[in-house]
Amino acid sequence: MTASKTSTAPTGAPAASGYRSLSMPVRYLINAVLVVVFLVVGELMIDGGVVSRYQTGVIEQIGIYIILAVSLNIATGYLGQLPLGHAGFMSVGGYSCAIFIMRMMDTMGVTARDFATGTPAAALLFVLGIIFGGVCAALCGLIIGVPALRLKGDYLAIITLGFAEIIRVVMQNIDGVLGFTLTGGAKGLTGIPGYTNFLNTFIVVAISLFLIHTMMKSRHGRAVLSIRDNEIAAESCGVNTTYYKTLAFVASAFFAGVAGGLYAGCIGVMAPAKFGFMKSIEILVMVVLGGMGSMLGSVISATVLTILPEALRAVSDYRMVVYAIVLILVMIFRPEGLLGDYDFSMSRVIERIMNHGKRPEDFAPVAAVAEAATPAAASVAVPAAAPGKETGKEANDHE
Amino acid sequence: MNTNISRRNFVKAGAVAGMGLGLAACGGNSGSSSDTIKVGLMGPYTGDVAQYGLACRYGAELYVKQVNDKGGINGKQVELDTQDEKGDATEAVNVYNKLVEDGVVGIIGDVTSTPTIAVAQASVKDNMPCVTPSATAADVISYGNNYFRACITDPYQGRLMADFVADQGYKTVGVIYNQGGDYEQGVADAFTEEAGKKGVNVSDSEGYPSGATDFNSQLTNIIATKPDAIFSPNYYQDDGKIVTQARKLGYTGVFLGADGWSNIVGGDEEYASAEDLEGCYYDCSFVAENEDEKVQDFIKAYKDEYNDTPSNFCALGYDAAMILLNAIETVEKDGKAAYGSDDYKQAVVDAIASGTAQGVTGDISYSGTGDPVKSTLIITFKDGAQEVFKTVEGE
Repeated sequence: MTASKTSTAPTGAPAASGYRSLSMPVRYLINAVLVVVFLVVGELMIDGGVVSRYQTGVIEQIGIYIILAVSLNIATGYLGQLPLGHAGFMSVGGYSCAIFIMRMMDTMGVTARDFATGTPAAALLFVLGIIFGGVCAALCGLIIGVPALRLKGDYLAIITLGFAEIIRVVMQNIDGVLGFTLTGGAKGLTGIPGYTNFLNTFIVVAISLFLIHTMMKSRHGRAVLSIRDNEIAAESCGVNTTYYKTLAFVASAFFAGVAGGLYAGCIGVMAPAKFGFMKSIEILVMVVLGGMGSMLGSVISATVLTILPEALRAVSDYRMVVYAIVLILVMIFRPEGLLGDYDFSMSRVIERIMNHGKRPEDFAPVAAVAEAATPAAASVAVPAAAPGKETGKEANDHE
Repeated sequence: MNTNISRRNFVKAGAVAGMGLGLAACGGNSGSSSDTIKVGLMGPYTGDVAQYGLACRYGAELYVKQVNDKGGINGKQVELDTQDEKGDATEAVNVYNKLVEDGVVGIIGDVTSTPTIAVAQASVKDNMPCVTPSATAADVISYGNNYFRACITDPYQGRLMADFVADQGYKTVGVIYNQGGDYEQGVADAFTEEAGKKGVNVSDSEGYPSGATDFNSQLTNIIATKPDAIFSPNYYQDDGKIVTQARKLGYTGVFLGADGWSNIVGGDEEYASAEDLEGCYYDCSFVAENEDEKVQDFIKAYKDEYNDTPSNFCALGYDAAMILLNAIETVEKDGKAAYGSDDYKQAVVDAIASGTAQGVTGDISYSGTGDPVKSTLIITFKDGAQEVFKTVEGE
């Protein structure tokens, strides 16, 4: 539903070669229109009762998992690390957002009912709460990231796993230390107003995907990608690896916190036990299944893996078996994930149609060479000689 | 790896499989006719806490079967819509929304506390009559008037055992509990508070993290304070280890527990030996050794159906179904409200609040809240068998 947010920009393609391309404002306009169309159609369907409350609830959860998967993708797919503590950031964001909103409701004169009717004060409180949740998670990400990112591979996985467990235990026991009720301890934080609905989930998902996408296509994003491809080479080119690793990690934590904030409002209860190791793995599975480094892959696999257990309710007893079999099959036949590192671009599809199905490299090989001018893009700017051959890594202008 | 297939082929195959699944899922929807009464039953039937969910489910299904065998309610058969929530709050909310969509007029569930609270919060706006067999957290019933429980609460058990300690004349008591569990913490906190009021000295209160298997350090600290009794309000797997390890450390006094102790003997596994448990007490609503006629009838029916001895959770599931179906029967006989309407739901809620169910865990009635007024049994161990020590009437 949000596939439209990814627009890759073949920056160097000159019009003189005969390839007709869209200008950047037009690309943004196309994507913005698509998002609004999806939003309006979705909202109308829910208001009209075409989509039931049960389905709406599942759609909200899909949105939450999309943000989680895409945000983890920043650290795994784009930065190339393997953190196992994503659920920890999600819980920090969820708790801080829920506590912030619950405490501020009285001060701002917002009642639980206002969230359903959508008064301006409630909307403002929602926005503040979500940002607060994200910032708290980002702070945790910073605290954890600075020491953790000195390590690589398995060591980083273990240290992030450990930190996530610390977060969980802190949530469980902080009340006793503080001497007043903050998180509700083991029984969890209850009575969270239901501030999450289709409309605000959709908007938050769209904004998050837009921010993550533009960040990864920016100069900073390319620096992050260069660290994934070869850290030593990146460093020798003048990329401040420590800074960019921490930046990517903190951004990843921020969006996990945002998703956690939405989750708290969607479910109404936060219990520390639910944010253990398994939750982190669940999110990691979504990223790996979709393809590391592919935003569309994360979106699709988050959607599929959230719908699958619900769609299989009809075969209740066997549904977890089917879920597991799907994962095994994908890993046997597509070990690089559903989409590998392919990313979808609506604008690119339109351009292909405008050029009668031809690709940019069919026009002017010179264009691709010109693109190689930026050092960070060097690793991906070498187009495959034979377009469309069956090697999985297709001749798409991925960067 | 030559098994790798291309993205395009894979996506195509996936799309075909997905459409097939989607169609299969749609096909499973059958409309309910007006001569049945549709009741939701939810709980964890897979996952970590599946044993409790399944036990409640068997109990509830047995009662529904008995009602249907007798001709149903007002000539209508009761149809159960059973849904698994895996012990997860997210899934529980989904299940609740699905049950509402399926058109149930009442729900038996949920089973564990956190998912039940999530469902309770969601159910308030529909005023859906719900009876949870076993969610003991205080919050469950605090969101609206539509939520009821068949079991006694954690704080009530804590107070009950503290009063029992005072009656037994124990002067100093140590407490050991799982810090990571809402149930254990809830009982232990209420116990400590009430014990203080009754003038019983809680000499040492030790928490341990979830999943611990070695309790020696906590027990050594507690035993050093020379308590008359040790209160261990945890689940039976932990309690068994605690009792065994304390006996090895030379502690000879009494152990006290809450209803998490049921199943500590008589199950497939021995969690603590008969000698170690001799003379210990715990409170519970149901024990198979109860001589009461209702209880023995239930045990017989359960054995005939499942060829197994029912646990506390089975009995609570049975009673929760009884509470809800009794109320629905009252409303159906009254015949004023149209089936499935808002008035109907309100009438069921009112009928539960004012009715009494002759349950196998005691006579259950409600006095203005969703907490039951019911008797509780204090159970003791004698020669390796359990027996009812005394019955404490409800407040």
